Amino acid sequence: MTHDADTHHEPSSFWTRYVWSQDHKVIAIQYTLTAIAIGLVGLVLSNLMRLQLGFPGRFDFIDAAAYYQYVTMHGMIMVIYLLTALLLGGFGNYLIPLMVGARDMVFPYLNMLSFWVYLLAVLVLVASFFVPGGPTGAGWTLYPPQAILPGTPGTDWGIVLMLASLVIFIVAATMGGLNYVTTVLQARTRGMTLMRMPLTVWGIFTASVLALLAFPALFVAGMMMLLDKLAGTSFFMPAIVSMGRELGHEGGSPLLFQHLFWFFGHPEVYIVALPAFGIVSDLISTHARKNIFGYRMMVWAIVAIGGLSFVVWAHHMYVSGMNPYFGYFFATTTLIIAVPTAIKVYNWVLTLWRGNIHLTVPMLFAIGFICSFVLGGITGLFLGNVSVDIPLSDTYFVVAHFHMVMGVAPILAIFGGIYHWYPKVTGRMLDERLGRLHFWVTFLGTYAIYFPMHYLGFLGMPRRYYSFEDYAFIPDSAQDLNAFITVCALVVAAFQFLFLFNLVWSAFRGKPAESNPWGATTLEWQTPETPPRHGNWGEALPVVHRWAYDYSVPGAKRDFIPQTEPHEGAPPGTDEALAEARP
Amino acid sequence: MVLAVALILVTVASVLFHFLSPWWFTPLASNWKLIDDTILITLVITGGVFVAVNLFIAWALIRYRHRPGRRATYEPENKKLEGWLTIGTSLGIIAMLAPGLYVYTQMIRVPEDAIVVEAVGQQWQWRFRLPGEDGRLGRTGAAFVSLDNPLGLDPDDPDGHDDLIVPGPDLVLPLDRPVLVLLRAHDVLHNFYVPQFRVKMDLVPGLVSRFWFTPTATGRFEILCAELCGVGHWNMRGHVEVVDKSAYREWRAALPTFGAVLAAAADDGLDEAARRGRELARERGCLACHTLDGAAGIGPTWQGLYGAERPLADGRSVRADADYLAEAIRDPNATLVAGFPAIMPRVDLSEAEVDALVAFIRSLGAPTAEAQGADPMPPGDAPAANEAAHGAPR
Repeated sequence: MTHDADTHHEPSSFWTRYVWSQDHKVIAIQYTLTAIAIGLVGLVLSNLMRLQLGFPGRFDFIDAAAYYQYVTMHGMIMVIYLLTALLLGGFGNYLIPLMVGARDMVFPYLNMLSFWVYLLAVLVLVASFFVPGGPTGAGWTLYPPQAILPGTPGTDWGIVLMLASLVIFIVAATMGGLNYVTTVLQARTRGMTLMRMPLTVWGIFTASVLALLAFPALFVAGMMMLLDKLAGTSFFMPAIVSMGRELGHEGGSPLLFQHLFWFFGHPEVYIVALPAFGIVSDLISTHARKNIFGYRMMVWAIVAIGGLSFVVWAHHMYVSGMNPYFGYFFATTTLIIAVPTAIKVYNWVLTLWRGNIHLTVPMLFAIGFICSFVLGGITGLFLGNVSVDIPLSDTYFVVAHFHMVMGVAPILAIFGGIYHWYPKVTGRMLDERLGRLHFWVTFLGTYAIYFPMHYLGFLGMPRRYYSFEDYAFIPDSAQDLNAFITVCALVVAAFQFLFLFNLVWSAFRGKPAESNPWGATTLEWQTPETPPRHGNWGEALPVVHRWAYDYSVPGAKRDFIPQTEPHEGAPPGTDEALAEARP
Repeated sequence: MVLAVALILVTVASVLFHFLSPWWFTPLASNWKLIDDTILITLVITGGVFVAVNLFIAWALIRYRHRPGRRATYEPENKKLEGWLTIGTSLGIIAMLAPGLYVYTQMIRVPEDAIVVEAVGQQWQWRFRLPGEDGRLGRTGAAFVSLDNPLGLDPDDPDGHDDLIVPGPDLVLPLDRPVLVLLRAHDVLHNFYVPQFRVKMDLVPGLVSRFWFTPTATGRFEILCAELCGVGHWNMRGHVEVVDKSAYREWRAALPTFGAVLAAAADDGLDEAARRGRELARERGCLACHTLDGAAGIGPTWQGLYGAERPLADGRSVRADADYLAEAIRDPNATLVAGFPAIMPRVDLSEAEVDALVAFIRSLGAPTAEAQGADPMPPGDAPAANEAAHGAPR
């Protein structure tokens, strides 16, 4: 798709350029910085929670109510407001138009609205810390009836603001998602066939489709719970006696909420994971100077995982009291999804095989991602298999599993992505020594936190416990392990500020970057200016002649051939040239 | 290079940790050895993959690291290799799923000779009921829940009158006999979990969920709530005691029937103030944390509290007379009884209301030796029977 040149007048005032911007690159940075800011809140909350677990009773201000509020807000912030927003709103916004060769998103105004609505969602969420009763402490899953009944912190205001914030977030995510999907489908430049797209785009594209289909389930669940809370309806509320008082509800089903929540919640795991998969694929290929192994298989694996992710949701509900026969179906689908996932892991590893591996900072994070993801993935096979899940469900094994697979792994991919694309975004390199230090502490630290935690789950320690005092089956040594984990968590958290420092310092003082410092093939590295200006491509849109992974092609002068480079023999841009460009 | 060494060390350390870890499953006390076996199968297969992938990466990092002049191999696809890996993975998945589903089939097929026990969760305590002579549990409903009928049995259902009500949060089960546990709740989700039995299940308001197991070891096992149920979730304590057949029969024979509990409750003998206090205690949520039957809740039980000498958290001790109780209600966290967390909220109450609550606590009796004991009591003297009652549903 080509835009008329006059639709791309570069905004001239500070406000239209940096604040009310419709430029996807500025919006990406706005999304990223907002997500990082709220993510820091989530990080601090996790440390407060760990203080209580590691050193119970030592910190007076952490009472049971506060602990549950930390747990809840930490979970929701990290999953929705950090990871989802950063991967789709941040990486998606920045990379999609640049990687498919578009001048911007197809709906720039909607794109701007998407960010501002997201910001509103974040502000409403943050406001819940300051209302009477504080934020909700219902756990990030917000299961009713508990979430809206006394006995849970924040049932007056906190839960209402949380649900309102989610609903607003979903509006923002929908505006963004429609944009990303339409841009990928409609605005690819000449020659950029679907099967020539970098896997990063495939991952973000598929994740956006999942988001468009999954978030509505959370939207209606949120609205229904708001009605139950504020209007006295009984969607999720059967006849209930709460704290000795009979409530007026009748006939509702708490399980209905769980189905709706996980119909969103499981695809949500892949909304976070698929962009990370894509990013890591491109990082590994670029820094191993080798084409991604089995590109077509990788694409189909992403699509298959995306499709299957909608039929596995009730593996979160094996002990929920749902019809036990569902267990057969969901255990089977869940274990089937492991096959395309495993293929992705093999192909990353086989990309390293016979490569020319440069252990740059982005590459360190990408390999750290694989290790974390493998650990998180194989523990998922325990929890997906219904009879194995039942003893482990609701224990620390689950906490360790999902933190590894959708906390640590995606965040390592995000860090890798930031170290990789920062030179394009700012025109400067991030400091490498700080980056390496950041990698080692984060990778080893998170491993030290979560690997032993699985064993507390084997032991049977239940999650979401404020204190484990006086439980005879828990040996004292478990408390020592908890203290160790807390210390690791504090150290890892502290070193994230090193990353922030690097991010800010390098923006002004970092080594100036070349336009293509890693020698990458994809379009975003072929822009006429770095950082790319408004409209991205100057006078003419790029034309794509080959797939995204022509690294170390035999006979080629350099060890990479940009996607824009025509094949020898055929005049650039002709159909013959395009036809022969397929690997 | 450093990364390769680090990966090898991480892998070796993980394997060593696995074998040296003092943290492992509690000794099995039920028939579900099959579950433990399936976990072991899963562990072996996934552990093998974990070690293989990590070591392969480490090897690749060393073997194919960048050196001047090195160039990567150009190989977009390798159908054969991809095919074999897909087949191998599928076989591994089947090797885990097949035994998993086989065991699951056993888990949801309840033996015909299972005895039935009902567990009811309430923020934040456990209660139990057993079918009486007729072998049937009576009808229940949230509308029937009252102080004297916390399980919400329908007083008009004759099937329920011989149901046995377990006083307190401790359940006794016979050794080597399959048990079907029926689960109910009237407030929020809970989950009945005894680590040594391996199985667990949520309690869901509005429906009856279930699971079964056979206790295979005698002893006293902790019940944990494994589904977040509010601020007291971590402290929702109870026990299952597994005993031999004759001890079980003895315990069961001493349980009061629902009919007896109702009859005893009909005659409350409370004065006006105490009656008002009783109503207040229910309305204001006091009873969510303070039990009336001697069981420790989130807060101290009120049974036998009046006039008792209680140790405080700061080492002093105090007599729980009218003045102390009134003060403790008005300013809950000023003086804490040892062993209880400072989580009681300040409730807005008038002078008269505080007095009424104190009168009610007073009516629950002065301390006696038996009142603190965990021994089951004969039906007529069951703690619940001392309380006031409306037999009819509200």
